[in-house]
Amino acid sequence: MPKIEEYAAAAGANAIDELRGIASRLTGRTILNVNSTAVGGGVAEILSRMVPMMTELGMKPRWELVKGGEDFYAVTKKFHNALHGTPQELTVSDLQLYRDTMRANLEALDLDADIALIHDPQPAGLIDRKPPGAKWIWRCHIDLSNRQTDVWDFLRGYVSRYDAAVISSPSFSQDLPVKQFMVPPSIDPLSDKNRELSTQEISDILDRLGIPLDKPLITQVSRFDRLKDPIGVISAFRKIQPYVTARLLLVGGTADDDPEGAQVLSEVRAAAEGNPDIIILCLPPTSNMEINAIQRASSLILQKSLKEGFGLTVSEALWKGKPVIAGAVGGIPLQITHKYSGILTRTVDGTAYWMKRLLHEPEYAKRLGENGREHVRENFLLTRHLRDYLLLALHLESGRRDFIHL
Amino acid sequence: MEPFKFCTRLTLTQVTGLKAFTVPELLEGIKGADDAVIYHHTHRFIKQSHHLVPEGANDFAYWVTNTVQADRLGEELTAIDIVRYPSLADIRGAFVETLERHLAENPGPARTVAPGREFNFMRSIRFSLPTDCAATDHRTFIECLRRVSVSSLYLHVFEARLRPPYGVDDFSHWFRTNFNDETVGREISRLDPYSYTLEGLRQRIIRILEKRLEEVSGA
Repeated sequence: MPKIEEYAAAAGANAIDELRGIASRLTGRTILNVNSTAVGGGVAEILSRMVPMMTELGMKPRWELVKGGEDFYAVTKKFHNALHGTPQELTVSDLQLYRDTMRANLEALDLDADIALIHDPQPAGLIDRKPPGAKWIWRCHIDLSNRQTDVWDFLRGYVSRYDAAVISSPSFSQDLPVKQFMVPPSIDPLSDKNRELSTQEISDILDRLGIPLDKPLITQVSRFDRLKDPIGVISAFRKIQPYVTARLLLVGGTADDDPEGAQVLSEVRAAAEGNPDIIILCLPPTSNMEINAIQRASSLILQKSLKEGFGLTVSEALWKGKPVIAGAVGGIPLQITHKYSGILTRTVDGTAYWMKRLLHEPEYAKRLGENGREHVRENFLLTRHLRDYLLLALHLESGRRDFIHL
Repeated sequence: MEPFKFCTRLTLTQVTGLKAFTVPELLEGIKGADDAVIYHHTHRFIKQSHHLVPEGANDFAYWVTNTVQADRLGEELTAIDIVRYPSLADIRGAFVETLERHLAENPGPARTVAPGREFNFMRSIRFSLPTDCAATDHRTFIECLRRVSVSSLYLHVFEARLRPPYGVDDFSHWFRTNFNDETVGREISRLDPYSYTLEGLRQRIIRILEKRLEEVSGA
């Protein structure tokens, strides 16, 4: 596990000094994190890095997991989908099962801590046993902008009793009696998906994957999902082919366990058929280094989403200094300022226009990538994410003052 | 003599839940906004976007220009020079005045932006954090300037003008008070964040001080 000092090269020495300065005001505090899984998924990935960092900074973090049977996870999966805007039917017994599972967890878990970060809906009900004087924060990683009303109303009963709620984007905010703070997600610059790679490592990986580098690569890395508009990407690429020499690379998952993904993949293959400059690549979910190498070898990265949660793949590409053309949806406009740190588009024609333009103007494209990397350095790295949590803890401890001298 | 102790400014973003879909709603939101909201959409904007936009801008102007696409009003809001106002209340007044004038001159239905493209009013919770940099003369000041973050630079050069002594940046004040150095004070107080990125500003201040150091050493 990397030490905090190792992040200085990516985040800047000042960011590390600031982190140490803030943490020194929280020395010895017990900080409880609760979520529902230790491996897999973005929350577990972030906590597995952040918890050791808290320890190194002098705090006493703990990481607890709520436990339940398959039926509990089936109910919380319904919560998750309903909050994302996919209609679900929640029965009275589903809600009772949630309450019963929370009650069992309340008996089993040690919830004693100065500050608690409770992640997502699964453990939200633990608020029933918040210790006196503790500060509890509900951290929502889900886009709530299209949430199903009855499910949200049920959860709102719990969330309203926290000291604060944290969301990833202002558009996810809800009508709540508690203060809501914006803490965007982050990428880990030292993880396999984002760390620096040598030219040799990149060319070895691309060679192994059979991706030729004789033409500039335009790449979209996304699961094969209609909301990522892979067919629109192919249409845009076909429009520019008479004018540019380039190759389009669509990289996604294997879609073995996703019937709709398999259907979209077959549509994508059909749309690309007969075009030797379109490569479709399916990689297993553990292919972090491969994704890293592909992004670094690309001249242009696309994220032509029609709907998006936060869209952290944009920050991953910007961090590699790549010019990015992305759909102006979800959290993407927070990551890209149009024409300064990337390009935001809304149509196939707009995407085609900017692809052609950036390929023809490599100096401008390079500047977009450089600006994008600086924007990510300041706003979307793991160190900033941790800093925001610590500032929030200090704000709550201060009695919620607006101006705090540390 | 008191050494100059460099601090840095950190912010935490609170989402108010208030939104504007039209220019009149933006005006109402600004009228009702407290200092933390005004700070967020003006001073924090410059600090966050310092490497992107050397020209003057704020969140209100950016939204009106790029989302509402009211070019003329966007230009007028961009031109509001926020670092020249002694208080956040005065900055709010300047935005209100410009928006009210625009609406009086342009009666009629306002354009409503699509859901998802609305203006979200946010607040900045501000934190001052001391750094381990302290200066006692021109030379050590230059050394510190090379090390501190751009947030520190922004805090001392621009945000300082919002607190006593009003309208004066910390650097100028320190050089004037401790060295009676009007030259440095005058040069630094003339700087504005719209002409440089903050990194460019750092280099500019260092050049001012290096030149002054040569003059002082040669005298």
